[in-house]
Amino acid sequence: MNLLGVSAIFIYEMRRFFRTLFQSLISPVISTTLYFVVFGSAIGGRITQIEGVSYGAFIVPGMIMLALLGQSISNASFGIYFPKFSGTIYEYLSAPVSSLEMVLGFVGAAAAKSILIGLVILATSFLFVDVRIMHPFWMLLFLVLTGFTFSLFGFIIGLWADGFEKLQIIPLLIVTPLTFLGGSFYSIKVLPPFWQGVSYFNPVVYLISGFRWAFYEVSDVSLGVALGMTIMFMLACLTGVYWIFRTGYRLKN
Amino acid sequence: MTFTIKSYINPMPPILSVSGLSKTYATGFSALKNINLDIEKGEIFALLGPNGAGKTTLISIICGIVTKSTGHVLVGGHDNEREFRATRQMIGLVPQELSLAIFDTVWATISFSRQLFGKPRDDAHLEKVLRQLSLWDKKDAKIMTLSGGMKRRVLIAKALAHEPTVLFLDEPTAGVDVELRKDMWNVVRELRANGVTIILTTHYIEEAEEMADRVGVINKGELILVEKKQALMDKMGQKRLLIALEKPLERLPKKVSDMGFALGQSGGQLAYSYDSKHERPDVAKLLSGLAAAKINYTDLSTQQSSLEEIFLGLVKP
Repeated sequence: MNLLGVSAIFIYEMRRFFRTLFQSLISPVISTTLYFVVFGSAIGGRITQIEGVSYGAFIVPGMIMLALLGQSISNASFGIYFPKFSGTIYEYLSAPVSSLEMVLGFVGAAAAKSILIGLVILATSFLFVDVRIMHPFWMLLFLVLTGFTFSLFGFIIGLWADGFEKLQIIPLLIVTPLTFLGGSFYSIKVLPPFWQGVSYFNPVVYLISGFRWAFYEVSDVSLGVALGMTIMFMLACLTGVYWIFRTGYRLKN
Repeated sequence: MTFTIKSYINPMPPILSVSGLSKTYATGFSALKNINLDIEKGEIFALLGPNGAGKTTLISIICGIVTKSTGHVLVGGHDNEREFRATRQMIGLVPQELSLAIFDTVWATISFSRQLFGKPRDDAHLEKVLRQLSLWDKKDAKIMTLSGGMKRRVLIAKALAHEPTVLFLDEPTAGVDVELRKDMWNVVRELRANGVTIILTTHYIEEAEEMADRVGVINKGELILVEKKQALMDKMGQKRLLIALEKPLERLPKKVSDMGFALGQSGGQLAYSYDSKHERPDVAKLLSGLAAAKINYTDLSTQQSSLEEIFLGLVKP
């Protein structure tokens, strides 16, 4: 295994993040604060508790997931799309770096950045509400799994995209609506039965449920189902990336 | 057709061996058709061809950037797909486009290249490469601040950062001024002296003429000729006998044109073309023919056709 090659890609991608550290971190802190002001104070004043958890604290896992999904996708898709756009991809493709090693470098860095941002949002939340983490191990596991899975998804988008506008289409039209409708700011149990049924087709519901369970032991689906669905989505993304590298789709043709 | 130097002349196995290589794109366009080519260790091989002939596709397949449709590529005896780590570590590639991360410094980008190829840090080697390419004083400069010629040098430095034994230069001097081009030729010669095999594509025929040991001509995806440069020029080169006239002529007398002379555009020069390999012209007879026609001349010279003229003759539709 070319560990030096993997670390070269990982460090290069992380440097890009640290070059703009202030913008990278201040943006999620401001967003979190705004969510607390809008949802926590305005709506939270009317909804005091959901399943025994104060509304302000209830939305923290959802907010982290919202940022985690968006950041993972944008970091990974931009990370691989930019070398394609600038032409520097030739160096990665001609280097003794396997497909797996490229994924580890690019996706690992994208996941690491988004997880850092998730942790910054969590830290900011402690300033506003009483957040409890009842199962820290599961919380970290879901954080890492989701960060990695959606970075893989973003990597696929970056490989597929042949223009900057395409980088935005899927996150904007599919991922953001699914995240907002996936129980980020509410429990799907409050929905009418029909929409509850529809919500179970939304993969984000399982991510948020599992993550929220790790905080407060409350969730819309069982822990096993949430974990299973997350792993399934990750495997689907891995299969997609494997197919792209095997066939060279939009990369070597 | 397979082009090789016979084993009894050179017992060393080729450093690069391409056999039955074809590439057909999804659109049905056939970019390469059954390419067979052996490159010997330490030689400078120039691949010539018009735009869209398949030069870059061939290089890209060997380097692993483009997938092939059929055929095999061996580098140092290793298959470039099954043993890609071994082959890619041996290869350095200077692409045609100025593809660089413009926000990086020169030093950062070549350090990155070395590490990406799995080589441990070696500042002394990187310094040597930068000095060789006259880039040392620019090592802390951001790439975006460099001129086009300097960027081209950075690309070469990146390709040399991991100490390759086979270097591909895809149009290395495109857009580079004459002085810089000559500097680069010196770098290439120095690399060859250190045992690096060099394969270059170029549309500056003078570059191939100046540096290459062998020349390959590719046209419409087919390798139509591979020959030692000098042998190619000897075999195919036309020579011209040029005669400067004392007074310009409006038209050539029939007797003189029947001898094979042609009048230059200004009418001040006569040209007699012949195949230097197969024909030895009787200059005395030609000159006495001119004297008989009362045509006086002031100077005589001969001119050998360049590789460019040979190349144009080969790829002419």
